[in-house]
Amino acid sequence: MIAPIPVSLLVNGEPIEALVAPRLNLADFLRETLKLTGTHVGCEHGVCGACTVRVDGEIVRSCLLLAVQAQGSSVETIEGLSDSGEIADLQAAFRARNALQCGYCTPGMLITAQDLLRQSPTPDRAAIREHLSGNYCRCTGYQAIVDAVEATAKTRAEQAA
Amino acid sequence: MKAAAFTYARATSVVNALELLAAHGDKAKVLSGGQSLMPAMNLRLVSPDIVVDIGGLTELRGIAVSGDVLAIGALTRHVDLLRSPEVAAHAPLLRDAVAHVAHPAIRNRGTVGGSLAHADPASEIPACMAALDATIVVRGPGGERRIATAEFFRGIYETALSPQDLLVAVELPLSGEGARFFFQEYARRHGDYAIVGLAARALVGGGQFTDLRLGFFAVGDRPLLADAARKLINVSVTPALLAETAAALAEELDPEEDQQASPAMRRHLATVLMRRCVAALLERPELETGGAW
Amino acid sequence: MTRPTADSLSVLDRPNSYIGKTVPRPNLDRLLQGRGQYVSDLELPRMAHVVFLRSPHAHARIVAIDATAAKRLPGVISVVTGRELEAVITPWVGVLSHLKGLKSAPQRAIAVEQVCWQGEAVAAIVATSRAVAEDAMEHIAVDYEELEAVTDMRTALDPSTPVIHASLGDNLAFERAYHAGDVDRTFAESDAVIESEFVFGRHTGVTLEPRAVVADWNAAEARLTIYQGTQAPHMVQNIAALHLGLKESQVRVVCKDVGGSFGIKVHIYADEMATYALSKLLRRPIKFVADRVESFNTDIHARDHRCKGRIGVKQDGTITAFEIDDLTGIGPYSMYPRTSAIEANQVVNLVGGPYVAQNYRARARVVFQNKNVMCQYRAVGHPIACSVTEGLVDLAAARIGMDPVEIRRRNLIADDGYPCASPSGMKFEQLSHHASLAKLLQMMDYDALRAEQTALRLRGIHRGIGIASFIEVTNPSAAFYGVGGAKISSQDGVAVRLDAQGSVICQTSITEQGQGSESLTAQIVGSVLGVSMERVRVTLGDTDNTPYGGGTWASRGAGIGGEAALQAAKALRKNILDVAAAILQSTPAELDIAGNSIVSASDATPRIELNELARIVYFRPDTLPPGIQPELMATRHFVPRQYPFAFTNGVQASWLEIDTETGFIKLLKHWVVEDCGTIINPQLVDEQIRGGVVQGLGAALFEKCIYDERGQLTNANMADYLVPMSGEMPDIEVGHVVSPTQETELGAKGAGEAGTAGAAAAVANAVNDVLRPFGAIITEIPLTPQVILTALGRI
Repeated sequence: MIAPIPVSLLVNGEPIEALVAPRLNLADFLRETLKLTGTHVGCEHGVCGACTVRVDGEIVRSCLLLAVQAQGSSVETIEGLSDSGEIADLQAAFRARNALQCGYCTPGMLITAQDLLRQSPTPDRAAIREHLSGNYCRCTGYQAIVDAVEATAKTRAEQAA
Repeated sequence: MKAAAFTYARATSVVNALELLAAHGDKAKVLSGGQSLMPAMNLRLVSPDIVVDIGGLTELRGIAVSGDVLAIGALTRHVDLLRSPEVAAHAPLLRDAVAHVAHPAIRNRGTVGGSLAHADPASEIPACMAALDATIVVRGPGGERRIATAEFFRGIYETALSPQDLLVAVELPLSGEGARFFFQEYARRHGDYAIVGLAARALVGGGQFTDLRLGFFAVGDRPLLADAARKLINVSVTPALLAETAAALAEELDPEEDQQASPAMRRHLATVLMRRCVAALLERPELETGGAW
Repeated sequence: MTRPTADSLSVLDRPNSYIGKTVPRPNLDRLLQGRGQYVSDLELPRMAHVVFLRSPHAHARIVAIDATAAKRLPGVISVVTGRELEAVITPWVGVLSHLKGLKSAPQRAIAVEQVCWQGEAVAAIVATSRAVAEDAMEHIAVDYEELEAVTDMRTALDPSTPVIHASLGDNLAFERAYHAGDVDRTFAESDAVIESEFVFGRHTGVTLEPRAVVADWNAAEARLTIYQGTQAPHMVQNIAALHLGLKESQVRVVCKDVGGSFGIKVHIYADEMATYALSKLLRRPIKFVADRVESFNTDIHARDHRCKGRIGVKQDGTITAFEIDDLTGIGPYSMYPRTSAIEANQVVNLVGGPYVAQNYRARARVVFQNKNVMCQYRAVGHPIACSVTEGLVDLAAARIGMDPVEIRRRNLIADDGYPCASPSGMKFEQLSHHASLAKLLQMMDYDALRAEQTALRLRGIHRGIGIASFIEVTNPSAAFYGVGGAKISSQDGVAVRLDAQGSVICQTSITEQGQGSESLTAQIVGSVLGVSMERVRVTLGDTDNTPYGGGTWASRGAGIGGEAALQAAKALRKNILDVAAAILQSTPAELDIAGNSIVSASDATPRIELNELARIVYFRPDTLPPGIQPELMATRHFVPRQYPFAFTNGVQASWLEIDTETGFIKLLKHWVVEDCGTIINPQLVDEQIRGGVVQGLGAALFEKCIYDERGQLTNANMADYLVPMSGEMPDIEVGHVVSPTQETELGAKGAGEAGTAGAAAAVANAVNDVLRPFGAIITEIPLTPQVILTALGRI
């Protein structure tokens, strides 16, 4: 119905019940309904990657998903990943390497980088560049981001050894 | 940039989805992975009255081998192709192609059925299906139909699907022993739509092609299985023959003009791709740099 | 280095100084955790959203607007036309008096009668949500009478071309001619004169957060608060007040986190002005966030130039003269308030700048067209001037058979030749072209790379090397805007105070968009005061709560705002030491501050911690000696006075490979050596360079706003307008030569635009280095595969 539809989902582990308009996309639901403004909106047509979040463990563009499609899903945003400590080392590497300037792409970039590191613990620079190739950054020129991801991968590999 | 309002229906079964489509016709849009539909809706290029979400139909997601057929459900996501041992074993061309489809976050949601039904002439999966001689399985008011890829794609964003139809699966013949594959595309940036691309499947024996299927994309209004490839089958490929084939290929293509490339450039790149493909499949690097055509 | 120091403890020499050290920027965790406060995140009570209905035509007369149906939709608060908004806000004209002859027409917040580009707003829809406003937009009927669009800058001045603004008489916005030396005679005496036309794609900034503003008119206070991602809050305050009929004291501009700027957010846009006016009209907070399509259609564009260039050269490599004839189309209005003539003016100023040749003739013409407005974007004019100059130098070198490095060695201004002036009259205090070039060649191992290039060419692998020297305008004085009558401050101020627990608060008028303004301020203040950085907190971006100043643009934050911070901190240090001397019964000269404590100057023995000093001052002043009135706050301002601009210099190199069958370019490596004077934070400087280079690489390879002949922007989305992505960008190695400006104690010059200035020129020269054996030369960017294949004759 055009009328709001009930949706229940987990957001950063917290059960959420909401009535949403069918046309509301997940990015706007997170930002406007739940006030989780760390998920950024840069293009609203699925190109820039700033709105990247995790749904059921997989990264997605939240502007290309309706909130109603997230029914029954577990959604994780930058706020949740920060509070859980899951990406604390990656964030520290970004800080140390100045891998962000304006910071607008950063939440999406971190979530995408973490996705790579979960799948491929020791990616080379080309693999890092490839995995991040759908996330726009207009400030850094990308090299510092690649450095930070590479450094995090090395540190994690050392700790795992 | 917000989508226009629409009614949302979550299909509970394929039958339910077909009922909804039958009721609403071309006022409805099927929402599968949404990776093409959602941008179009956000930009208000498409404003359906009703969106039929088939995302919950788990029976449409999956990859299975039965007999000599590899069946891929419509809701199978691009990422599933990358991870599937069945695809790796029987249709590695798809795995190679998917690495070029947009970016990881898109591949996690985009579906095979969505890509085929959307029928963007620049997209990879349709051309792969042409090269792999796939059959597209459709259910509609009249029951189930099996449509060959050559019949399925009708033009830019146009297919044999009627508004009441649902694409449910695609079936591929198993590639068999000794099949060789080639996938390459020229795109401005990683993950962009290709300017020209080629998905190829070949059988090689005694240094010759015994079969060669060249599925080009972004060279016309639909994926194109090049007739010119026949010139290269069961003969010894020489630079002269390759040049002749390239000329035939250029003749066969009817590329669109867009901001990335003129028709002439697309013809040129298609012939470059074909030479590189033939050189790679026959393991004869000298053919790639021949440039004799 | 000799430097007059006001006291024995220059900040550069102090122990535990943060100057010259890489330290992480303060407050990055906020951005890393998604807890920043961008304007697009902001919500206020009763806030409504505005969406602008924009003209689909490049040039048309508005015959009628019918919003009856739209106004009836639930959730629609108001639909406002340009005529209705005129009651609240006055039009403006983007001219400056020092750009003689510059003319433009009055521009309105919302178009009245005539629309002059596709994307110009014709009505504002205010609603409870953006989605509802967009719904309503579809119900507004506008009757347009389409007019012929002026799109091609080359014919904009033809008598047969329609005049966009009848009151101006023609489509010429500005023209400047300049001549130094004797170009004709010099060309006649040269062994070769090489000519080419350089064509640049119109491109734009693509800030990842679009332009965003929340305007909040509080009718009870009669005060407008503007929350906006801007580089120049006080400029916005001045202009909003001027056109809304308010005093500046009635306008407060607040700028928190900004999602990218690059010059895009330093201008006054009509839709932002309309948003301020709507808030006043409707007496409630109004939010405008451009969507991405609007961004492409309305964020300023830049660099749409066609520049004919000529260079004279002698067989021994001596460059004798440069000549240019530059033509640029700026859209239908000169942008407000910085004007759209600056870019062409900069091109005239900068061409030939690195070289000794003193014969120079230039003409620049700036014309109106029915396309989106153009104005200042990162490295204003520099990429044009650098690409033309360096392209010509390479053409000259090729003509006389000289290595591109050698011709530069023979013509770059000698490092001991300063101070001097360029042929266009630009004053150079101290540059380091030769030291920079030498360092670059060493970093890239030029000779080895040339050998590799030759070897690979034999194997059919085609790689090229491109070199580009450049100069960059930084630290602008009032010469940029103030002298022309714009109320854009060229000075900046910093207030520093010691708080009760010994922590330090700094308020600075420069702004932060990610460059590191907060960090450099804290580094300088911490170093001068002897306070650790974590104790220093920086406030910026609030006209109520910072000193008055220009903001952050034109690579001025570190050089101007940094010097103000240094001087303010010095003043506060003196005040603190005066109090400390009284408390400790010592003299200021015997004391210093280090490690958050007052220490003995002689042996650094801790005497009293700053928090204890602050406790006494604030809570037990009764224990101080009689007559003492401690002043634990100090404010200083700074503006450059000796030089109109602090020029910097540098050189870039590109190493790339071309697939000559497909025309695809692979960037393999990029090097930059630049000289921005004193380096406050090496990492931040390097990252400014890298980010700037990649924007320049975008221009070189990808970025172009593609208009059709009817003035329609045909790639106004992120899928079709290509910017650089991680997959295609090379690693960039950055080196430095340090020539501090003597004009300040800090010695810092700007670095924000150096990367963008020379990147495209280096790439273009590298591409031509590949193509030369094929008999092809390209003087056009972006260098797309189609351009390459066409030049190679493959298609």
